[in-house]
Amino acid sequence: MKAFRRSNLPVWATLAVFVLAVTAASLRYEHFFSFDVFLNLLRDNAFLGLAAIGVTFVILSGGIDLSVGAMIGFVGVFCATLMNAGVPGWAAIALAVALGTLVGLGMGSLVAFFDLPPFLVTLAGMFLLRGMALVISMEALRIDDPLFQALGHSKWVAPGLLLAVLLLGVYLANFRPFGRAVYAVGGNEQSALLMGLPVRRTKVLVYALSGFCSSLGGVVFAFYTLSGNANSGMTLELDAIAAAVIGGTLLTGGVGHLFGTLLGVLILGTIQTVISFEGTLSSWWTRIAVGLLLLAFIGLQKLFQAGRSETP
Amino acid sequence: MRRSLHPTVWAFLAWLLLLAVNLAFTPGFFSVEVRDGRFYGSLIDVLNHSSPVLLAALGMTLVIATKGVDLSVGSVVAISGAVAALMVTKGQAPLPTVVAVSVGVGLALGLWNGLLVSVFGIQPMVATLVLMVSGRGIAQLLTDGQIITFQDPGLASVAGGSLLGLPNPVVVAACGLAVVAALARWTAFGTMVEAVGDNERAAHLAGVPTRWVKLGAYAVCGVGSAIAGLIVCSYTKAADANNAGLYLELDAILAVVAGGTAMTGGRFTLVGTVVGALILQTLTTTILTKGVPVQWTLVVKAVAVLAVCLLQSDQFRRTVLARRLAA
Repeated sequence: MKAFRRSNLPVWATLAVFVLAVTAASLRYEHFFSFDVFLNLLRDNAFLGLAAIGVTFVILSGGIDLSVGAMIGFVGVFCATLMNAGVPGWAAIALAVALGTLVGLGMGSLVAFFDLPPFLVTLAGMFLLRGMALVISMEALRIDDPLFQALGHSKWVAPGLLLAVLLLGVYLANFRPFGRAVYAVGGNEQSALLMGLPVRRTKVLVYALSGFCSSLGGVVFAFYTLSGNANSGMTLELDAIAAAVIGGTLLTGGVGHLFGTLLGVLILGTIQTVISFEGTLSSWWTRIAVGLLLLAFIGLQKLFQAGRSETP
Repeated sequence: MRRSLHPTVWAFLAWLLLLAVNLAFTPGFFSVEVRDGRFYGSLIDVLNHSSPVLLAALGMTLVIATKGVDLSVGSVVAISGAVAALMVTKGQAPLPTVVAVSVGVGLALGLWNGLLVSVFGIQPMVATLVLMVSGRGIAQLLTDGQIITFQDPGLASVAGGSLLGLPNPVVVAACGLAVVAALARWTAFGTMVEAVGDNERAAHLAGVPTRWVKLGAYAVCGVGSAIAGLIVCSYTKAADANNAGLYLELDAILAVVAGGTAMTGGRFTLVGTVVGALILQTLTTTILTKGVPVQWTLVVKAVAVLAVCLLQSDQFRRTVLARRLAA
C-alpha cells in the first residue's frame, strides 16, 4: 500500500506545480482565475489531452506512439473530404474514429507479432498518415457541416469529451484486468508473460486504444478549427509525450497515472495562456519553458527513483 | 539450421533493388556528366542530399550502439544554422570562425545531452527530448522568429561549392565518415561503445569508463548534427528556426536502423548506416525523377520503413516467408 502511494507522488508534485502556476498567474492577471478561463483551457487543449491519454497507455505498456500528431492532421482532412462529398457529419466522425482505431490496431499487431521496435513502426505510421493526408488534399479544407459547426461553437463538447474519455481511461487502467496487464507488461514483459498474462493482446489493444484516442482528438481538433489541414498537429506527438512525462509517467513503462497526464496537458496549456496574457513574450518562450519544466520533472522523478532503489 | 544473414546485407540488397528499378525504368539515372569541372547527375544528387542525414546518422550510430537515442538532432541543426547565419549577417565573420563556433555549439549541446544521460542517469529518450522541445525555441529566440537569409559567399560555398568535382557536402560527409570510422575502429572507443550497449554493468566492472564513453557518443552526435546544420542552411542560404532539420532525427535513426544497427544497442555498423542513408535519399530522388506527385513521398517512405523492418525481423522471416516457401 505504501509503495502504491509512493508511485503516485509525482502526480501530487505535478498537481502542486499546476496549482502554483495557476495561483501565480491569478495574482498577476486580474481575470485569470475564472471558470471561463479554466473551461477554455480544457477546450483549447482537448485534442492534445485526448491524444496524450492514448499515448500514456502506450508508454505505460513500455512502448511509444509517434503517430498521434499525424493522426490529427489526417482525421481533419479525411472528415472534411467526406463531408464535402455529401457524407453526413456523424458518419464522417464514426468512419474517421473507426479508421484511426484500425490503423492503431495494425501498428500494434506489427509490434506484438513481429517484435518490431515500436519507435520505428509508429514512425512509419506517422509517415503513412501524414502522407495520406497530403495525398487526399494538399490544401486546407473548410468544414461547413452544420453538426460540426454546432459542436465546434459549443463551450462544453470538447471539455466534456476529454473528461469522459479520461474517466473511461482511468476505469480501464486502474479497475480492469486490461489495465493491470498494461502496467505488468510495461513493468517487466518477461514476468508478465510467465505470469500468463496475454502480452501480445495487451500490446495490440494499447496501440488500438491510442489510435482511437488520437483520432477522436483529430475530430475535436476539426470541431475547434472547422477545417481540415494535412499539416496540423505537427510535433504534437512531442507535446503528448511531454505531458505524460510531466504527469509522472516513466518512459520505461509500468509507472504512471492518467490523471497526471491530464495535469501535464493543463500545465502546458497554462504556460501557453500565461504567455498570451503577458503579450510582450514571444511564442517561442513556450517551448523553452516546456523544456525547462521537463528538466525539472525529470530531476524530481530521479529523486523519487533514488529513494525507491534503496528499498527495492 | 540456417544462419540468418547480417541485416546490413538485407539493406544493401534493398538498395541494389532500388538502383535496379531505376536502371530499368528511369532513363539517364546512372549518367554522370562533367560540367565546369564538376560532376552532375542523379547519383551525385543522391550523394549530395544524403550528406546531412549521414552526418547526423554517424553519431547516432554510436549513440544507438550505447543503447541510447538522440532526439535533439533536428533542434541542433536549427540552432547551428541560426548561429552561422547570424554570424555572417550581423558580424561578417569569416568562414573558419563560423564553422568553429557552430561546431563548438554542437559539441556543447551534445555534451549537455551526454551529461544528462551518463552522469545523471536519465533515460536517453527523455534526456534528449528536453533539448528537442526547447532547442527550436532557442533557435527562434536567436533569430527573433525571423527566417534569416544571407548572401555570404563563404557560408554559401559549404553546400554550393565543389572539391575534385564532387559537391562539398559529399566531401564533408566522407571526411566525417573517415573520422568516425577511425575513432570507432582504430581506437578502443568503438569496442567500448559496443561493450556499454551490450551490458553496461559488465562493461563497468571490466573497467570500461562507461560514463565517458556515453558522453563521447553524444558529443560526436552533437558535432555531426551541427555540421549537418551548416550544410542545411547553406543549401537554401537561409536559417529557418522553425523548419530547418525538422524530423531529421527520425531520418537519422531510420538510416541507422535500416543499415542494420539494432535499437537494442551493442554491435554497430557504420557501413550499414551509410547504406541506410543512401536508401532513404535514393528513394526520395527516385520519386522526384519519376514524376510521382511529391505528396506520395511520405507514403512511399512509410512502406519502405515497414519493408526494411519486416525483412530484418527474424520472426517475420521465420513465420511468413518460410510458410510461403514451404507451400
